[in-house]
Amino acid sequence: MHTKPVPVPDEVSAPFFDGARDRKLMLQHCSACDGWSFPVRERCPHCFAAALTWRQASGRGTLYTFTIMHQVMNPGFASAVPYNVAQIDLEEGVRMVSNVVGIGNDALRIGMALDVVFEDVSDDIRLPKFRPVAG
Amino acid sequence: MANEPKGAIVGLGVTPMGKIYGRRSVDFAAEAIALALDDAGLQKSDIDGLLINANISGDIDVRAQMILGFQDLTLVNVMSAYGSTAGSMMQYACMAIREGLAKTVVLVYADAPLSPSRGAGQSYAGPHRYPLGGMVGLRAAYGNFGANAEYAMAARRHMHLYGTTSEQFGTIAVGQRQWAQLSPWAQMKQPMTMEDYYKSRFIAEPLRLFDCCLVSNGAVAVIVTSADRARDLRQPPVNVLGYAQCAPGDNLRTDRHPAVETGAKQSGEIAFRMAGITRDDIGTCQLYDCYTYTVLVTLEDYGFCAKGEGGPFVADGKLGPGGALPTNTGGGQLSGYYMWGFTPLSEAVVQARGQGGERQVPRNDFVLVSANGGILNYHSTIILSPHTSG
Repeated sequence: MHTKPVPVPDEVSAPFFDGARDRKLMLQHCSACDGWSFPVRERCPHCFAAALTWRQASGRGTLYTFTIMHQVMNPGFASAVPYNVAQIDLEEGVRMVSNVVGIGNDALRIGMALDVVFEDVSDDIRLPKFRPVAG
Repeated sequence: MANEPKGAIVGLGVTPMGKIYGRRSVDFAAEAIALALDDAGLQKSDIDGLLINANISGDIDVRAQMILGFQDLTLVNVMSAYGSTAGSMMQYACMAIREGLAKTVVLVYADAPLSPSRGAGQSYAGPHRYPLGGMVGLRAAYGNFGANAEYAMAARRHMHLYGTTSEQFGTIAVGQRQWAQLSPWAQMKQPMTMEDYYKSRFIAEPLRLFDCCLVSNGAVAVIVTSADRARDLRQPPVNVLGYAQCAPGDNLRTDRHPAVETGAKQSGEIAFRMAGITRDDIGTCQLYDCYTYTVLVTLEDYGFCAKGEGGPFVADGKLGPGGALPTNTGGGQLSGYYMWGFTPLSEAVVQARGQGGERQVPRNDFVLVSANGGILNYHSTIILSPHTSG
């Protein structure tokens, strides 16, 4: 039985994974122009200032697009297919790739409102995923 | 003069393609270059420039010059903008020739990612290509492997915005398979119906197997020189009249939509202007077709139809044999062979020369060639012609 791949935080990404462990979605924010970026940038992609710090994001977004993966590309996903991979447009203006959970693949609709939720994938790692906003 | 040729293609070499095991990329490269030299009537010693397309396997680099035995090159480099590199290489070769830095330049793409134990999907997206360290590790953690998922998401977005259908994607796949049956170089020769298309399994919904390109072991080499010099060589010259690049940028911003509004738009506008022609002059398109969707969105962004109307535009089969806009006439990457931007470029040379045999298009005065890399992040355009001006 293979398990799904588990990310290994490095120095740069530690704030993201530390935040996720505390059930917070952390993104880089520019203190010069108030812009957000994802996944990790050296400078702000909007104003090019070297003024990025990690800040908690709202966790709210909408489904921009998605696919249902049928091909097993990694043995860890052999029992997961068909599963969704989704692009979520966050309120902060970044487009994040993740999975939508708590809903059947057939019910996914572009534009639906989503909210971040955190899923334990190992003792140390929680991953931000997204679920439909109730109501 | 604004629209004199930027350069000319005088040699083309295409090796056998597909599941050909036990050979390294550089070995395929050597064969393609030998074929191209013979095609052009040139000797290896005539070559003073070598541009190598970095490949997915990462097993060919600038030392290929020594392995292949080229001497005293005045232009040599390895280039990469992924799949779009062929167009960038053509630009730099022509500019170097015009600047006097080299006279006769070989452009080559070679790759051998397939092995008996590693098929097409695994070669591009298997675990060996997904490190787990840092934010990059999120891709594997979410199961977002390879280009299939990303292009599927682009296609889904297009379907949502414009009502594009699987039937329309299928029309592209079926048309290109018809072309492949007419090409001696194509890997996929068996006929394909729409029923076959619908029966092909989902890879990443909405994309089916027959929406996805092949992966090939093999190589293509193209020899470029000045238009003046080309006149004295063996083959009818194929003049390079226009070229351009466009890299739209980051697609992880909500204010950008590079997967549905691609670099073909800006790149095409520049290239058409440079060549002194309009899209109505184009008799055949050789478009990068990593997926059926790529063909559809590229046609839109080149302006053959309005944004969002690519589906209805292709639905009448106009891209296939006998159609009004013959496209990917060697079967493309879907049914011919997958050599990144050298798939459309190689077929464009054949058509511009008028050497397509059964698949020769009736109007070959101006041939439009596209290539794109990444997830539609990089785009290049070339306009080729048997004529020396637009």
